[in-house]
Amino acid sequence: MSRSKHRITSTWRRRLVLGLFTLSALTLLARAGYLQLIDRDFLQTQGEARHIRSVQVSANRGMLLDRNGEALAVSAPVDSVWAEPMILLADPVGLARLAGALGASVPELERRLRGREDRQFVYLKRHVSPKVAYAVKLLGVPGVNLRREYHRYYPTAEVAGQLLGYTNIDDEGQEGLELAYDDWLRGRPGAKRVLRDRFGRTIKDVASIRVPQPGRDVLLSIDRRIQYLAYRHLKAAVIQHKARSAAAVVLDVRTGEILAMVSQPAGNPNRGSDRRAALQRNRVVTDVFEPGSTFKPLAVAAALESGRVTSQSQIDTSPGELRVGGQTVRDVRDFGVLDVPGVLRKSSNVGVSKLVLALPDDALWSLYDRLGFGVSVGLGFPGEAPGHLSHYSEWNRFERATHAFGYGVSVSVLHLARAYAALAADGVMYPVSLLRVEHPDPGKRVLSAGTARAVRSMLEAVVGPDGTAQRAQVAAYRVAGKTGTSRKNARGGGYEDDRFLAMFAGMAPASNPRLVMAVMIDDPRGEEYYGGQVAAPVFSQVMSGALRLMNVPPDDLPKTQDLLRVAGRGEAL
Amino acid sequence: MRALAREPLFDSVPADTRRIGLLAHLHLDAPLLLGLLAASCLGLIALYSAGNGSMDLVERQLIRLGVAFGVMAAMAQIPPDKLRLWTPPIFAAGVLLLVAVLLFGDVGKGAQRWLDLGFMRFQPSEIMKLSVPMMVAWYLSGRRLPPNVLHVLVTAVLIVAPTALILKQPDLGTALLVASSGGFALFLGGLSWRLILAGLVAVGMAAPAFWKWGMHDYQRQRVLTLLDPESDPLGSGYHIIQSKIAIGSGGTYGKGWLNGTQAHLQFLPESSTDFIFAVYAEEFGLFGGLALLALFGFIIARGLIIAVGAQHTYGRLLAGSLSLTFFVYLFVNVGMVIGLLPVVGLPLPLISYGGTSLVTVMAGFGVLMSIQTHRKLLSR
Repeated sequence: MSRSKHRITSTWRRRLVLGLFTLSALTLLARAGYLQLIDRDFLQTQGEARHIRSVQVSANRGMLLDRNGEALAVSAPVDSVWAEPMILLADPVGLARLAGALGASVPELERRLRGREDRQFVYLKRHVSPKVAYAVKLLGVPGVNLRREYHRYYPTAEVAGQLLGYTNIDDEGQEGLELAYDDWLRGRPGAKRVLRDRFGRTIKDVASIRVPQPGRDVLLSIDRRIQYLAYRHLKAAVIQHKARSAAAVVLDVRTGEILAMVSQPAGNPNRGSDRRAALQRNRVVTDVFEPGSTFKPLAVAAALESGRVTSQSQIDTSPGELRVGGQTVRDVRDFGVLDVPGVLRKSSNVGVSKLVLALPDDALWSLYDRLGFGVSVGLGFPGEAPGHLSHYSEWNRFERATHAFGYGVSVSVLHLARAYAALAADGVMYPVSLLRVEHPDPGKRVLSAGTARAVRSMLEAVVGPDGTAQRAQVAAYRVAGKTGTSRKNARGGGYEDDRFLAMFAGMAPASNPRLVMAVMIDDPRGEEYYGGQVAAPVFSQVMSGALRLMNVPPDDLPKTQDLLRVAGRGEAL
Repeated sequence: MRALAREPLFDSVPADTRRIGLLAHLHLDAPLLLGLLAASCLGLIALYSAGNGSMDLVERQLIRLGVAFGVMAAMAQIPPDKLRLWTPPIFAAGVLLLVAVLLFGDVGKGAQRWLDLGFMRFQPSEIMKLSVPMMVAWYLSGRRLPPNVLHVLVTAVLIVAPTALILKQPDLGTALLVASSGGFALFLGGLSWRLILAGLVAVGMAAPAFWKWGMHDYQRQRVLTLLDPESDPLGSGYHIIQSKIAIGSGGTYGKGWLNGTQAHLQFLPESSTDFIFAVYAEEFGLFGGLALLALFGFIIARGLIIAVGAQHTYGRLLAGSLSLTFFVYLFVNVGMVIGLLPVVGLPLPLISYGGTSLVTVMAGFGVLMSIQTHRKLLSR
């Protein structure tokens, strides 16, 4: 081959090489251009799908506060550990170290993760202590993250357990006020966009999508101190009298506010194992019973209201029993002739029966109906029981008599307390409230003021020297109230012979009542079982503390002259 | 032997040092040096970002660049005829070392590529990137061109033997470079079209066999993955998907330096080494990529000009082969990163973090400079 021909070939060769390489370079550029210009939006979305995540931001649940702003239920920030199963399972060493930090076993964690590989979020452990959260953070295991959540704490523990209820781990109200006011208390979780790396670790917040809205606080009518008093004395009584259960409520007469609401047995809502129905029952509103003698003042009020009877009217209760419609109403013994206050003081069944049977058919029922028996009290509390009151047209004469001493009708402790509050408020009934009342409801008149006052003064005598409720007395205050001891319903109808409910409902100070309290103790199995022996002391203990805490002026102080006389004798005051 | 006889051995000292300046006096080629320095700077900038803004990688890469430029300068001092004399022993030594690697080599990342010399670890296949084109150029420059069939066959053996040894390690990327560097030398030596055609047919027929027996499972997987990355998005398809996302989301002008999310959030694997182009393209966009390719185009063009201007066959074949191989280097890496070619472990020369291949590439540019600066002026 000649030299010149070789040179020509190599020129061609050169051109071919250059051409081929230019083509290759153009291919690269075309491909890059395709990715960066045409596929760009799709690929950007894909990229963002990989590193931009929308994350929920928990909102703080509102607090439950007592009437003075003391915390009854608070939320504290805690961390929960969660993982992306795919990433975590790919790292057995990290998994083992994480298990150590969480105090869990590796198989345990794996069980949580396996079968959930397609999820992007699996909780490993909820609400861990700050120490554990810190350890997990330090480990920095890929695919493992902390989420800020809120844990509910109840500083008063057992004291207000049934009243407050509790939330589940997701901060949703499950029982009690937590459930009743859930919508109000619950925060609206927010969301934010975060930048995450391949290992699922949040690098930084990009933007806030929705600001979390914290829940609102609820200012309750409860006074934490009175609640505690009621809890303590009721619990002591239950233990002392070996009772099955008990409930008590304290009302503010002027506003209908509930100052304390306690039940026994009680559980600590902070402890998961205590969240059982038996311990979490707010018996003040959920349990109904036959109120027995505590209803007699209401029957007397109906009689006085009719105008056919006055305080001075004489009722012959001999011989201590009364045949009505083929059945017999009995007293403990023959009380002879009693005036109306005497009927209450002696708690004569025959006496109230005679009073009521002399009234028009609807008189007693109409008062009971005005007092809201047989209808839910309307707190909105979960499990509120309406009780039972049948229409008077269904009553025979005997039943009209028994309704006067509290049989054949069933009420809750709160029903009972509200009716006494109406007596205390000169015949005006206010709606009861668990929220602090700023502007009291005008209320509804259910009795004339005169009747209410008359019954009140009779009830003062019940607590007086000759009455059944002497142990309800409170030093320096005048007290009015009524005991009750009713037989428990037996299984399969009829009444038990030796099982009782011991009750007391009363108010203080009697001259101008401020507080009403009703106490019910179920099945006291000790030596004593009468309301005056079992329930009245609880009233006295709680009321004496509550009156002082509420700064209620005493109405039964010794006269100043008496004090001076004592001082003059040189005795210590 | 006629061709050899026609070429005199040149005096290595240029006739007029004052006229061609200081760089030429140091046997350095100014345009090439400028292009290499510019590319290295771009590399450091991309590396700083790929390393998440840490100076650590940059500093270590600076040291490597220093060494590499030193090696380049040293190679530039060796006159081409000296290099030609040493070519056969260097090639023989390289092949022996490759055999040694297969027998006693260290295993790293699943491949047997390194030879532990006690004081340093050493990758003999790197030598072959230079010594194979040198050997082919040496052999052909002593023959009458274009080569006859016998010479082509001998050349083929010179290329295939080391390539096969490297494939065995396995190191597909380096084998590809070594084979193409030898092939380019042969092609530039005037391989006849008939033989090229025959060669292509042979390769075409051998390909299925190579697919079946010549490749490892993971290599086959990579090719399949290229065709459908989404079939295994978290396994073998992961690299390609993440890198396509990085490049594509860069758009026309890029997200700006240090603003790339794919690399910074560690979605992009090997972001400072083989896949650094993705980091670069995400942050500087299509225009940045264009600029980088233009810079490399300039370097390659300068290499080809040197080849054309070479005054002897050995230099011409060697310079041409080295320049074209550099292009292949680039094409394979970028093609892999943008999802055009299967994933073979080749870095982007001058840009990727890493020392070994950098030194080899720069040594090649040293040879190019030597060929350019040791021309005997006014010889033609």
